[in-house]
Amino acid sequence: MSVDQKTVRRIAHLARIKVSEADVPRLEGELNSILHWIEQLNEVNVEGVEPLTSVVAMKMKKRADVVTDGNYPQDVTRNAPAAEDEFFMVPKVVE
Amino acid sequence: MTSLTSLTISAARDGLKKKSFSARELTDAYLGAMEKARILNAYVVETPDQARAMAAASDARLAKGEGGSLEGIPLGIKDLFATKGVHTQAASHVLDGFKPTYESTVTSNLWRDGAVMLGKLNMDEFAMGSSNETSYYGNVINPWRRRNSNAALVPGGSSGGSASAVAAHICAGATATDTGGSIRQPAAFTGTVGIKPTYGRCSRWGVVAFASSLDQAGPIARDVRDAAILLKSMASVDPKDTTSVDHPVPDYEAVIGKPIKGLRVGIPREYRVDGTPAEIDALWDKGAKWLKEQGAEIVEISLPHTKYALPAYYIVAPAEASSNLARYDGVRYGLRVPGDDIVSMYENTRAAGFGREVQRRVMIGTYVLSAGYYDAYYVRAQKVRTLIKQDFDKAWDKVDVVLTPATPSPAFAPGEITDPVQMYLNDIFTVTVNMAGLPGISVPGGLSEQGLPMGLQLIGKPFDEGTLFQVGHAIEEAAGKFEAPKWW
Repeated sequence: MSVDQKTVRRIAHLARIKVSEADVPRLEGELNSILHWIEQLNEVNVEGVEPLTSVVAMKMKKRADVVTDGNYPQDVTRNAPAAEDEFFMVPKVVE
Repeated sequence: MTSLTSLTISAARDGLKKKSFSARELTDAYLGAMEKARILNAYVVETPDQARAMAAASDARLAKGEGGSLEGIPLGIKDLFATKGVHTQAASHVLDGFKPTYESTVTSNLWRDGAVMLGKLNMDEFAMGSSNETSYYGNVINPWRRRNSNAALVPGGSSGGSASAVAAHICAGATATDTGGSIRQPAAFTGTVGIKPTYGRCSRWGVVAFASSLDQAGPIARDVRDAAILLKSMASVDPKDTTSVDHPVPDYEAVIGKPIKGLRVGIPREYRVDGTPAEIDALWDKGAKWLKEQGAEIVEISLPHTKYALPAYYIVAPAEASSNLARYDGVRYGLRVPGDDIVSMYENTRAAGFGREVQRRVMIGTYVLSAGYYDAYYVRAQKVRTLIKQDFDKAWDKVDVVLTPATPSPAFAPGEITDPVQMYLNDIFTVTVNMAGLPGISVPGGLSEQGLPMGLQLIGKPFDEGTLFQVGHAIEEAAGKFEAPKWW
């Protein structure tokens, strides 16, 4: 499988990365060279093989569904590029 | 008296206990050495005030006859670990100005045991790279140079700052992380020792995530004993990381020097790859010979799916990265580049904040997870991963440890490899270990014809880091230690 320039633009948008028109051909080439290289996996017979979900045989840890952390909104918003009254500030999203 | 910075962790530990010097003197010696070695660009931030305060606290504890296993030992911390109130950016522009309000579990463990923080170490951006050329903070320089040459070489990656700093003696040891080879490859390029422990051995809490099912923290150190001392402190069972495995941390140092007689060492035939330089193959043979001479049994084994590990990795790792890196959106931390609306703000921020390699991997990851491609790419890769793990499971019936080269070449020059796939091939011998969740250590084995260090890798059973230290030490005894001639 390979990607065309239209697909490159679509992936970039899905990934929320602005790509300039001038960069599209370069990315098309780079992504295709990686994807073609990955295609050698098609040689492997994976019939009846379960996909790996955990490298270590262990039971998923569980804990009681209780609040164990929190109550420091100032810490949470301290690194925000824009914050006001302990809220994150973003451009208007609803009219 | 020899320079304090030339001491290994174990030697410095003994000197501090005997009061031959103080923690403050040791820290000051390192801070001075760091200043003189800035040309290496190993540190992105130096924290001298914090280092001196921590050293003074260590001296107070040592005076009372107290102190932990790393009391007063000055360490460098990879920029991937969250350090409270201190620059933590994964060497990325997108995390501009980020200073966490919390401390990673691994570094908390080190401070609990008395270690001193010298600063944050440079790395490939978000740990994506094999040469430390993708850092927002510029290339790291390898202290090693080719014989009769002044040309700069890369230290490997992604933990290039850690490896360079340890090799240049501008920290006693360093934290690092390994997703596909990022501890072992730079260790091999710099003549240092690096271990990636079993997945789940070190907590990932507070470590900036790249590919969550593969990421593991580990140390880079000057010798095997120092690596064992550091891992003992870094490893823990952590309720804050659900993948942290409930398994007690043994005293790794205790096995060092234990005879390897009777141990079965596997030599996987699939690791003889076309195009590998003859000197790498020769080193591998030499490594097997050393172990045989010390009484180990050499067994040829087969790991048939080896060649598929790297392409499968380049589906799994970018897929997980594209998901993990979704959080860098200009809202909660770091850089924000304004746009006409919120989506263009996200897109502008991520275009300006991520470097080229990171953008490439996020896009590959987005593509392989997108509707219609998930089964063909991601599910198939995870099936191949099962086969890779089964290869090792079968091998453990025949052998106790596996010996391979660590890298397909010694260090190269910056700019020498520009093709992404060629760069990825650097991890050809290390990546299988991450895919199977196993522990792997890189130990210096010798110098190339051009005078550059080359590493041997040992792969162990899950949670059998002890055997890696034991056999790693046996290699070290035979090979000797390697120090970069000082030119900076």
